[in-house]
Amino acid sequence: MSIVEFRNVTKTFGPVVVLREVDLNIDKGEVVVLIGPSGSGKSTLLRCINALEEINGGDLVVDNISVKAGRSQVRLIRQEAGMVFQQFNLFPQMTALENVAFGPRRVRGISRAEAEEQARALLAKVGLAERGHHYPAELSGGQQQRVAIARALAVKPKLMLFDEPTSALDPELRHEVLRVMQALAEEGMTMIVVTHEMAFARQVGTRLIFMEDGKISVDGKPADLLANPENPRLREFLQHVH
Amino acid sequence: MEFDWSVIGEAMPALLSGARLTILITLAGLVGGLAVGFVAGLMRAYGNAFLNAVAFAYIELIRGTPIVVQVMFIYFALPVLADIRVNPMTAAVTAIVVNAGAYIAEIVRGSFLSVHRGLKEAGLALGLPLWKVLVYIIGPVAFRRMIPPLGNQFIVSLKDTSLFIVIGVGELTRQGQEIMAANFRAVEIWSAVAILYLLMTGTLTLILRVTEKRMRIL
Repeated sequence: MSIVEFRNVTKTFGPVVVLREVDLNIDKGEVVVLIGPSGSGKSTLLRCINALEEINGGDLVVDNISVKAGRSQVRLIRQEAGMVFQQFNLFPQMTALENVAFGPRRVRGISRAEAEEQARALLAKVGLAERGHHYPAELSGGQQQRVAIARALAVKPKLMLFDEPTSALDPELRHEVLRVMQALAEEGMTMIVVTHEMAFARQVGTRLIFMEDGKISVDGKPADLLANPENPRLREFLQHVH
Repeated sequence: MEFDWSVIGEAMPALLSGARLTILITLAGLVGGLAVGFVAGLMRAYGNAFLNAVAFAYIELIRGTPIVVQVMFIYFALPVLADIRVNPMTAAVTAIVVNAGAYIAEIVRGSFLSVHRGLKEAGLALGLPLWKVLVYIIGPVAFRRMIPPLGNQFIVSLKDTSLFIVIGVGELTRQGQEIMAANFRAVEIWSAVAILYLLMTGTLTLILRVTEKRMRIL
């Protein structure tokens, strides 16, 4: 059963068309890796799913709710679709623990004690049990991104969206974030990941989508596509990212 | 000429009662000004076209006219126009509320909009309504950035109360003026008045500095 369904979706920024009549179905449990040159629309596609960008044409249904169904429905979609950003975007005035406990407290309305209990467990899961009382500014980029993943998971989403989660990190810090993402995929979480990490795509991804010029031009199994890219543009793209 | 300290001693009770009134007008005016400023600033930053236009018109009207004209309007013109009688004290406090509110609105707008867009998106992405994002996430970060410009505005407003001499409010400057008119000791009286203002603005600066130190600017 599909959890995300793009039906003929068009998105424009002023005169610029970013998504051109995109059709796409994503099923529960899939780990979809989105790749493509910059400006191809992959981040925009991701951001349309939780309505951080408004679509201009077609329809987009997430967990049986249309992104056009109004504000309160959009909030429900966002609660089901956790998001991890390139720049982490942790709340700087809160400790790591408070960041993670924030969603459950203010979105789900559970008590502070219970939220912090859950937050501690989630921080342990991303390997940061000892860092709960640190502020974001006191953590490394990799640690901040892992807190951000825990923060998104705390609201108990059915689906996780990752927008270039390792692009702002030093190479030696990337693997700690990728490891957490891999563990999440192995638990069966549905994930849509915009990334340039081809090793992750090959090892963890169940589906690889190559976008160019606002369209999905290749869609298939990562192992096949990476071993034998028939599309010439994909082949050229892969030569540049490797 | 000789500096006569006894003049200051004799004038002090009246000057202090004037200073008390100055503090009272400033405090009441700034509490109201903060409320008005927050509402107008958030209307400017996040309101729809209509709310934005209303707030913009208010801010431009107030910033574009002198505070003396504003208080004269409230005190002398409003009774004629709308049959609203106000006493001088009410007119003075209202003038500070309306005037400081416009400047504070711009401070509030600037601080909220200076907070990295990603924080707003992160809050919204959790499924929060915008008002909760503003209250719990953007607000606390923006508030820290407001302290220095708010401090400026507090000091300006405190000193602006001296202009209410024109509607006969017995604040510090008015008291000084009246004593001076009776004894002609300009040097002593205006020195004392200036020092009392310095003490008040100095205290304000100190309070703001302590507040700022206790909060990390983010």
